[in-house]
Parts: sequence; structure tokens; C-alpha cells
Amino acid sequence: MPRMTIRTPPGRTLTPVAPRRTETDPLVLQPGTIAPGRARPAAPLRREGPAKLTGEAKYADDLVFPGAWYGATIRSTDAHARFDGIDLDPALDWSAIAVVTAADIPGENIVSLVSDDQPVLVPVGGEIQHQAEPLVLLAAADRETLRHARRGVTIRSTPLSPVFDPRLSDHVFAHFDIASGDLERGFAEADLVIEGEYRVGHQEQLYIENNAMIAVPREDGGVAVHGSLQCPYYIHKALKRALRLTDEQARVVQAETGGGFGGKEEYPSIIALHAALLARKTGKPVRMIYDRHEDLSATTKRHPAIVSHRTGVKADGTLVAQEIDVVMDGGAYCTLTPVVLSRGAIHAGGPYRCPNVRIRARATRTNTPPNGAFRGFGAPQVEFAAEVQIGRIADALGMSPLDIRRRNLYRVGDETPTGQVLRESVAAEEVLERAAEAAEFEGVRTRTERARARRAGSGSVPGSPLRTGADRTASGIGLALAWHGAGFTGSGEVKLASVASVELGADGRIRVLTASTEMGQGTKTIFPQLVAAELGVAVDDVDIAPQDTALVPDSGPTVASRTAMVVGGLLIKAARRLREVVEERNGGRPFADVHRADAAAHGPTRIDQQFEPYPHVHFDDETYRGDAYPAFGWAACVVSVSVDLDSGEVTVRDVVAADDVGRVIHPVLAEGQVEGGTLQAIGYATIEEIKLRDGRYLNDRLATYIIPTSLDAPRITTLLVEAPFSGAPHGAKGVGELPMDVGAPAVVAAIRDATGVWIHELPASPERILAALGVTAEPPGQAPAADTVRAALDEPIEAGTDPRPDAPTDPQPMRGPRDPGEPS
Amino acid sequence: MTTQHITLTVNGEARDADVEPRLLLVHLLRDVFGLTGTHIGCDTSNCGACTIHVNGQSAKSCTMLAVQADGAEVRTIEGMVAGTELHPLQQAFWDQHGLQCGFCTPGMIMQAAWLLDQNPQPSEAEIRAGISGNLCRCTGYVNIVKAIQQAAGELQASASAPAAAGEAVAAEA
Repeated sequence: MPRMTIRTPPGRTLTPVAPRRTETDPLVLQPGTIAPGRARPAAPLRREGPAKLTGEAKYADDLVFPGAWYGATIRSTDAHARFDGIDLDPALDWSAIAVVTAADIPGENIVSLVSDDQPVLVPVGGEIQHQAEPLVLLAAADRETLRHARRGVTIRSTPLSPVFDPRLSDHVFAHFDIASGDLERGFAEADLVIEGEYRVGHQEQLYIENNAMIAVPREDGGVAVHGSLQCPYYIHKALKRALRLTDEQARVVQAETGGGFGGKEEYPSIIALHAALLARKTGKPVRMIYDRHEDLSATTKRHPAIVSHRTGVKADGTLVAQEIDVVMDGGAYCTLTPVVLSRGAIHAGGPYRCPNVRIRARATRTNTPPNGAFRGFGAPQVEFAAEVQIGRIADALGMSPLDIRRRNLYRVGDETPTGQVLRESVAAEEVLERAAEAAEFEGVRTRTERARARRAGSGSVPGSPLRTGADRTASGIGLALAWHGAGFTGSGEVKLASVASVELGADGRIRVLTASTEMGQGTKTIFPQLVAAELGVAVDDVDIAPQDTALVPDSGPTVASRTAMVVGGLLIKAARRLREVVEERNGGRPFADVHRADAAAHGPTRIDQQFEPYPHVHFDDETYRGDAYPAFGWAACVVSVSVDLDSGEVTVRDVVAADDVGRVIHPVLAEGQVEGGTLQAIGYATIEEIKLRDGRYLNDRLATYIIPTSLDAPRITTLLVEAPFSGAPHGAKGVGELPMDVGAPAVVAAIRDATGVWIHELPASPERILAALGVTAEPPGQAPAADTVRAALDEPIEAGTDPRPDAPTDPQPMRGPRDPGEPS
Repeated sequence: MTTQHITLTVNGEARDADVEPRLLLVHLLRDVFGLTGTHIGCDTSNCGACTIHVNGQSAKSCTMLAVQADGAEVRTIEGMVAGTELHPLQQAFWDQHGLQCGFCTPGMIMQAAWLLDQNPQPSEAEIRAGISGNLCRCTGYVNIVKAIQQAAGELQASASAPAAAGEAVAAEA
């Protein structure tokens, strides 16, 4: 029997859930049960731990391919221009160098994704859309020759006028309009109307391993690509289209991957295409390994956003009207922008019931490097805005931040702006109360409020607002609440039709076959756990097949916190069928007792399980009405900060995070997701910022784009709450993104508690805090008036610029290789 | 390009190479000696993924030239395992889930090993300060700190064990 430990939040005793019935309990809780702080049954150590701990693990740049050449990308330096041609320095010997341009692309010059707008390489005569746009590729046998070759290429271009302000762009990638109730009537009923405008900038995923791909030519004229990636089948499809390859000729293999966070969701496709084109040209393996500078300058970031709120409330704090406008900056190409925006629009109101809502969202093109997927995927931007707005409403009404949330948070039976009735698995109240209680929110806040009142008035340095001694540091506590739709938006999962497989091999071992990648989050640890529990065998009896498109089915991309919930669910169903087949063949004796003999007698048995729509979940992509997600995860976060009132510097001291992720599969890994996501959110809130000039990132090195170190990281206490989702056989909902949504507004609320001022723009940098305190002038680049945004939103959208809903493109991420609509 | 002949000890083994004077130590280890457990995460010596020991001192191998290691004793993550036995730090990182994607892990372990060498019983604050030049984007550092605490305890216990046995013998005598 494994030792059982009951997790309890500080200062509170919880009732543990009933012990598991048997060792082989397939992890099923009764739907509707909330089982907080449940026991941690045997949580295995990380499957690939020893390889990573000893240096044995092979990340892309660790792989050796004899005779491989080195590849490089020549990029634009114009934000917007016509590409007139290239000149090669005649003094160089070009016979030892491979040069690839758009003319060398055998298939479509397209990086296949949502919209077919991004070229693999801009053709001569074509339009350059951003400063880091790939134009020419080079490869050489050694780095030194390559370095010289890079200097020998001159790009000729004719500048065109760029657009940098997403509100002024007339090229719309996507727009959504979500409405419920009667907004005018709502505002008429309101006792108070509050407006606010909130802004967030770019954020870099900053996986510690940079992007890297190696392409190896195949004898059949195809190419095998090995690299750092999240979604093998995205790359597979992109290779097939641009290089005109068959399913078999294109092969994608995941190397050990040093972090993704969305940054290796769609961007690796273009690197793989570049490496493959060079491999095709040279007939040799080609290594395309980005350094940090190139990775920061060229790869996707979190979408900047401007969010405007107008909210009507009753005197008792009840929300009666929400009018929300969202503008996201897509950058130069569509990438996943419509899907990011869609999630942003659906989450924009925050986790609060409101009968009359209008949410308008649009994302436009600017001449900056394309923005893309990043943990949270549109939700962190809008939930920051929603939470600061609700905090300001509480201030205006003289309510506590806790009470206004208690009054409005979603409960079972409530309806969201898309008309989705929340039938089960709603834990907004549970996470809020748990986090507030564990952090002693009310008590601490009473003390910080008194301290703030004592400090009121001028500074302690005569004639200036500056302070000395103990007065200089102000403490504050803040909380925020968030929701996060689990899995793909709308009918995404139905369209994906993912497949996951479980195989009993001839050797009697069990093998899991999925395209779900391990990038640190624990896929390779939890999949064997789920399958072993279902089959009643030891975890170590279950192997994982490599993430190689030649071996594993398309179980969809490793994104959207869907791996544990969706693919994990498919594996449980596949394992269940495998058990039934084997037990039936063996006179009903338990699988664990007979599977080796069965394998010896019958050879391998493989079960492929395809996704089946969740019952009672319906969404209409045309009208944007219905069940936007099969379920939501819920998170509350309480943050304690101290603020230096003279320097504006914020220190985040303590965080209590309560996250409902449905049934927890592996508590330690789940906590690890909350801890890491929380620190990323704190970075977003306080220090992470991209500065741009003329469409170029100025701080494109790790010396200038800074992320939290161990000294910046607070103590983090994680409380896992479990409100299981009945649609998944194990009740899991997904954990990866949830903590990213809730951290930043909690930090900003804590700064408000410490200083008395609300920061409307992330990051809450010293400059912005001092400006808000009136110590200095507003920093440059501050927000324009809210009516500018509204005017932009009121402009009619020209037909044909938005791929949804009539255009042939699809706002959902790509489908698998069996998509009947794709070119063969 | 002229090259320079260097000799050094890597993980207890004598090695030599003809290197260009500009070759970085990290490239010598990875590209010439095939020790790819030492990772490269940035170009500005901020991330610490390339941390190794040079003459018992922790060093970011991307900010040293290979020729500077001439005659030096170098230890990398590959030199931490004793036979098939994980080093107490490696075991502790595994036990405490002090790794996720694993890319910062070798550098983090080398830095932690040096830290514990300097300060066998560090406080939590000293641990956090000691690893602040090594970036991790996955864990929030929570379990990394726990792992180093576990290893500190175990190293301490194994260091005092022979002494304790000696005392027992003395007491008997």
C-alpha cells in the first residue's frame, strides 16, 4: 500500500475523500463531487527524470547527424517593404554555400495554419510584412563559412509605410461579437456605471531551450525533421503542403523539448520548413538551431491587447451590464490569432454572472513579428482587465474585494454570455474561499488598510513626495479570480477527431501511442499512470512510444491544457477496451494475470480510440452561441507584495493559489504547473516587457528581456481543488494555463492595496507605479482615450478581411492528416 | 586559423584538443568532446544552463574560452554520476520534482553542487541567492529549493556518518 498523505491548506482541517476501492480503481469520482485536498496516492517520479538529470537526454542541438550542414535565415530589416531582390558578394566562393529562396519551394509557399497568409520565404517582388521576416536561407558545411556567407548577402527593398497601432489597422484577422440580454436595459437599471481601459503588451514564452530543428533528407525524396516542438502533426501538414510530400515522405520526430508554453506550438513549422528546404537543396542533414537573440527577435509572443470596460452595477454590487471591447495586435500574419481572440472574447467578462452583456473583439494586422500561442491563449489579457475592473467597482461601492466576487461569481445553473448553462464542475466559490482563508485575506487587508491610512498625506521628506525609513515600504494584499475553458474552444475537439492508442505488444508489455509531447509538464509520467490504473498493472509495465509521426497516430496538438483531459481520457477508454478484449479471450480472468500469456498466444493487440463528442455539449461556430467549452477550470490567487514608494519597485512576497483542475491525476506535477504558471504570471505583472521601435523589438536578448529569478520568486502555496468533469472518464479538466490567468491581476490588486493606486497597464513597472502615485509624469506610450478604441470597433469591417465565418479558412487550429478537405 | 594545443581533465579523464583561440569552452565540451549535457540557453551569460565546474569553481562555460581551461580540471553533469548511482543532488531533484523540461537542470545541479560545497547547510534564502544566476521557466523554483534542501541534508548525513561511527568505536574503547 502506498503511503497516503492528506494535503490540507494551512490552518484548516479537511475531510479526506474515501480511500480508493482497490489498487486498480480507474480514478473515477462521482460527478458533481468536490473533493478538495484529496489524498496523494502513489505519484510516480518523472518518467524521463534520470535522462534529464544526468545529461543523457537528447535535445535537438544534442543530436548528431554525420555530415550535417549548418543553416541560417536571412531576415528583413524593414518593417514593411517590397522585396526587390538579393545581391551575393562576388568576392565570396558561393559554390560551398547553399542559397535557398522562395523560388526553390516545390509546393505551396505557405506556412500551413489557420489562414494561408504567411509565406515560407517572401518571394522577390513580394511584400515584406515585418522586421524579422525570412527572405533567404543559407547553409554551409561549417559555422565559419556560414558566418562569412551571411555577411555576403545584401537585401534590396523599397520601403512601404508600416502600421504599428492595432487600432489603426484596416486588416482584420478576426472579430467576434457576443451578446446576451438587453444591454441598454441593464445600464438603465444600474445604480453606478464604471468605465476603464486596460492594456497589456507582448510577453515572451522564454522556454530555456531555444527553437531548434534538424532536417534529414530521405531516400524516398522526402524529409525527416527532428526538433524541439509541441505539435508533430502541425509540422507534418506544413511539410506536406510546402514540399509537396506524401504522408510517408514527411516524418516529424520530437527531440527532448526544453519548454514550450505555446511558443513551440505553431512557430516550429516555419523552422522545419526552412531546414527541410536546405536539406533538399544540399542533400545533407541541415541543423537550424536558433540562438537566444534570433529566438527573441523573430518568434511569436503573447498578443498585446487593449481592453475597454463599461460596467453597470447595483448599489449592492450586483452586476447588471457589461460592455467590453477587446483589440488584439496580431502582428504581421494571422498565425493562431482568430483562436486566441475567440478565447479572449469568451473569457472577457471574467467568472461572473451578468444578465446583459456585449463583448466585441477584433484582432488586426500590424507590421511587427507575428504573435501566437502562449499559455493562457488570450485569456490572461482579458482576465487582467476584468479583474482590475471588478476591483475598481468594489472600491467605488466601498465593498471588500471578496464580497463583490462572492456576490457575482458563477454557480451551477448560471448562464455565460454565449448562452452556455454551467451544469456541473463549477468551483469558483470553492477556490475563492479556500485561497482567501489560507492567506488570511480579510485580516491582513484590515491591517494594510490601516497602514495606508496612516501614510496618507505628503511624503516624509519635506517639500517632496518621497519617504524615508519605515514609511518608504508599503505592504499590500490582493486577490483575483479566474476561469479557463478546458480544452479546445467550441467544436474544436470534434473537428480534430483525435486518436490515441494502447497496444499490448507480443512481448507482453503495454505501449501508449499518442502524438502528445512531453515538454516538462509530465505527459510521459501521467499517461502510463492512467493506463496502468485502468489495466491493473504496474506503472513500469507501460511504455511510451516516441512522438514520431511514423509511429503514433494524430492525437491532436499538445496545447490548450487538453493533454490530461482529452488525450488522457482517450487512453483510459482504449485501455478499458483492451482489458475487455483480453479478459474475454481468457475466460474473464483479470488482465493483469493473463496479459503476458495472452500476448504470447495471440500476438500484439492494439486499440485505437477516437474522440467522441462530449454528450450535451453543443456549440454553433456561426452564431457563437452554446457550450464554448465542455467545462471550465477555476482559480483564485492571493498575493502579498511590498512596494518601495520612492523607487516604485514591487517585491512579490507570498502567493496562495487555489486551482480547481478537476480530478487530479498526479498532485505533485499538478502543483508544479501551478507554481511555474504563477511565476510566469508574476513576471507578466511586474517585469516582463518588450519595447518596440519601428516595429522591432529593442530588448531582444536575455540580458534585456528579463524573467523572474529564484530571488524574485515568492513563496507559493498551492491548494488543489477537485470539481470533476463528468465528460472525461477520469474527471480531469486541465491545469497548464489556469494559473497564468489569475496571477497578474492579483499582483496589481496587491499594489493597489499597498499604494492606493490602480495600475491599468502591464507590467506594473516602477515607472508606471511612480506615475500613478503622481511622483513622476506619465511614462511615454500611455493609453489613449477609451473612445478611440470604441470608434475603431464601431468602424464596419470590410468584407473579406476576416476569415470567419464565410472564408474558406477555419478559426480552429488545424485538423489531422486525415482531413478530407486538404490537398494531397 | 591558427590553433592551440590544450590539455585538461574532464570528469577525471585526461583530454586534449587543438582549438582555435576563440572557441568557447562550452563548444569544446559539446562539439568536440560530445558532452551535450551542458546546455546553451542564451548568448549573454544570463541563463546558467551551461554551468560547470572549473578547478572546483562554478563557471558559465559560455563565458570562458577553451584555451582558458588549459591545464584545468573540469567537471560537467556527466561527471556527477558515480557508476550507476545518481549523485544525491540528482536523486533529490528527481524525488522532489525539481525539474520539468530539464533544460536548465544540468546547470542548476552543477551550481547547487558548488553552493553546497561552499555552504553545506544553506538557509532557504542562501539557496535562492546561490542559484539566482540560473534561470528556470517551468518550476517557479519551489521544488528546486526543496531538492537542494534534501540533498544538503543527505550530504550532511553521509559526511558525518563516518565520524559518528568513529565516535561509537571510541566510546566502546
